[in-house]
Amino acid sequence: MPQIFHPSLNTLSRLSIFGGAFAALGLLAISYMLVGSPYQTQVGIIHDQPVQFSHEHHVGGLGIDCRYCHTSVEISAVSGVPPTYTCMSCHSQIWSESPMLQPVRDSLKNDTPIAWAKVHDLPDFVYFHHGIHIQKGIGCVSCHGRIDQMPLTFKDKPLTMEWCLECHRHPEKYIRPYEEIFNMEWKPPGGDQLTLGRKLIEDNHIPVDRLTNCSVCHR
Amino acid sequence: MSDGSQRPAGDESPVPEPDYTIESVTDKISSIVLVRPYGYGWLVGFTISFVLMMVLLLATSVLFIKGVGIWGVRTPVMWGFAIVNFVWWVGIGHAGTLISAILLLLKQDWRTSINRFAEAMTLFAVACAGLFPILHLGRPWVFYWLFPYPNTMGMWPQWRSPLIWDVFAVTTYATVSLLFWYIGLIPDLATLRDRSKNRVAQIAYGILAMGWSGSSRHWHRYRTTYLLMAGLATPLVVSVHTIVSFDFTIAIVPGWHSTIFPPYFVAGAIFSGFAMVLTLTIPLRRIYGLQGFITAKHLENMAKIILTTGMIVAYGYFIEAFMAWYSANPYEMHQVLNSRPKGPYAHTYWQLIACNCLIPQLLWIKWFRTNPLALWVISIIVNIGMWLERYVIVVVSLSSDFLPSSWAMYHGTKWDYATLFGSMGLFLMLLFLFVRVLPVISITEMRELVHEQAGHDESHGAGGTKP
Repeated sequence: MPQIFHPSLNTLSRLSIFGGAFAALGLLAISYMLVGSPYQTQVGIIHDQPVQFSHEHHVGGLGIDCRYCHTSVEISAVSGVPPTYTCMSCHSQIWSESPMLQPVRDSLKNDTPIAWAKVHDLPDFVYFHHGIHIQKGIGCVSCHGRIDQMPLTFKDKPLTMEWCLECHRHPEKYIRPYEEIFNMEWKPPGGDQLTLGRKLIEDNHIPVDRLTNCSVCHR
Repeated sequence: MSDGSQRPAGDESPVPEPDYTIESVTDKISSIVLVRPYGYGWLVGFTISFVLMMVLLLATSVLFIKGVGIWGVRTPVMWGFAIVNFVWWVGIGHAGTLISAILLLLKQDWRTSINRFAEAMTLFAVACAGLFPILHLGRPWVFYWLFPYPNTMGMWPQWRSPLIWDVFAVTTYATVSLLFWYIGLIPDLATLRDRSKNRVAQIAYGILAMGWSGSSRHWHRYRTTYLLMAGLATPLVVSVHTIVSFDFTIAIVPGWHSTIFPPYFVAGAIFSGFAMVLTLTIPLRRIYGLQGFITAKHLENMAKIILTTGMIVAYGYFIEAFMAWYSANPYEMHQVLNSRPKGPYAHTYWQLIACNCLIPQLLWIKWFRTNPLALWVISIIVNIGMWLERYVIVVVSLSSDFLPSSWAMYHGTKWDYATLFGSMGLFLMLLFLFVRVLPVISITEMRELVHEQAGHDESHGAGGTKP
């Protein structure tokens, strides 16, 4: 009876077995890296906006407080995207002829809001409340990064559930005094975040054991 | 196990029949795959099962589009056909491992004629079973969340839930069963490779045979691996259905929260598994003329196992009722002593008692154990009975638990039935394909058995090399 296979196929078959195992593992590794990559999380990716608004200029340069525009951030679920009137409180006086601000003037003239592209978009099944985070001592910078250094706004943190849970499991690593919430450059005194964090958890009555209950975020 | 499992002697029919030689065994079994063209009957059977499988596909598609609302599950009965079918199919799968692992270690030669087929049946049954937990998820496309894998949610599955234990039990079971079946097939695949005339078949069997040459080194390793796998598979016979029973016992629902569940679930699994082996082998041996391999002796042995495990199951029902009464727990007593035998599902309960406890008692009579038709009918009744048992456990308990104001009836919808019968179509279609492309009886072990029966003095020819 003639041979069915050429002897070289012995090597090939061994290779294919090992190759198959590695290919399967490789696929898993690649998909894991993909879901954590900026392609999926949009970290560091700049979206097209109707107006080239610079937080670096307004916050870092001019020193405008976050709450001047995001008025409801301390008490409401949403921080509040400012209405065109807020922009015009300055820009009716300065840079009032700038071509860059034409969409803002159009918005005021036509009484239509500026359609900003949402940068931090949580899934609909997640309940997030800005107010409680600020009241209990989470600074803007903890989630939004150095927004005062961003010429154009991008997401600094992945906002994955893993990332949320990291803080909900160990809030003492991130919590800060209420006076320092809007301070972009705050560092814990003496570098001892943990001692301060544990004290603030006591003072602010934060129920750490309940922070990871499903219904805290999925309501 | 009964005395019927000992080697045949004297007036009992030997296994296999004595006029077989090593050559004729190989010819006879391999010809089913290689020589005989597929018959009219095969085509009709395959078509029917294929159509049924299409029904499954339709039911599943509608389910994915519309969600589990198309099923009959409504508060308070949130577990319905899906869980019933899952437990039923997993149970059926148990015969394969029992036959291949435990009977091998116990040196029961008669297992040789049925182990290949039973193992294939196990695999297909587990495949059907595996569908249902996925289908019953609200969002089946994220079924992989059941597995512990590094994810961006920062979460592990809930280790305290028996549902995650199920995932491990069933996937382990499926993997070990598949490996066991495949390792056992390798020498037979080589036989098919060497005997087939068709180039495509030669290549396909050649790849699957993984370069088997029948050298004594191959045989030595094969035999060692096979025994090791048997040892590994043995605990699975007990563990898988134990864990499936935990789905119920870990909950506090009356009628579920009972320590008798694991042992009587395992017995029930073997009971239904052997019933399914009989349901399938009786027509198979007749159609393909395999009465010489799967003899009356086999049927009788399997009947005895059904009788034994059936009585364990009956004892389980009895102890469940006794313990409910003995516990004096009003909810448990109401559930087991009132709701089941006298409640709105009483007809289902009494059908289950008839199918699982009463009718199998006919197997005490030798005529029923050796008459293929009678045995076939009994095996089907047992299968129905075991499905009803799971239905009673799942549905009756949920429909009438602690609070009478929340009691409600449950009925499967047409989609529930479509999924159940569709899964049978999938199962049968896989079996029809299996019968056409792989040897239904282990040629290797048959040759070995013939060689041993001939008194060990034959020459080591025709590929029947004694390992």
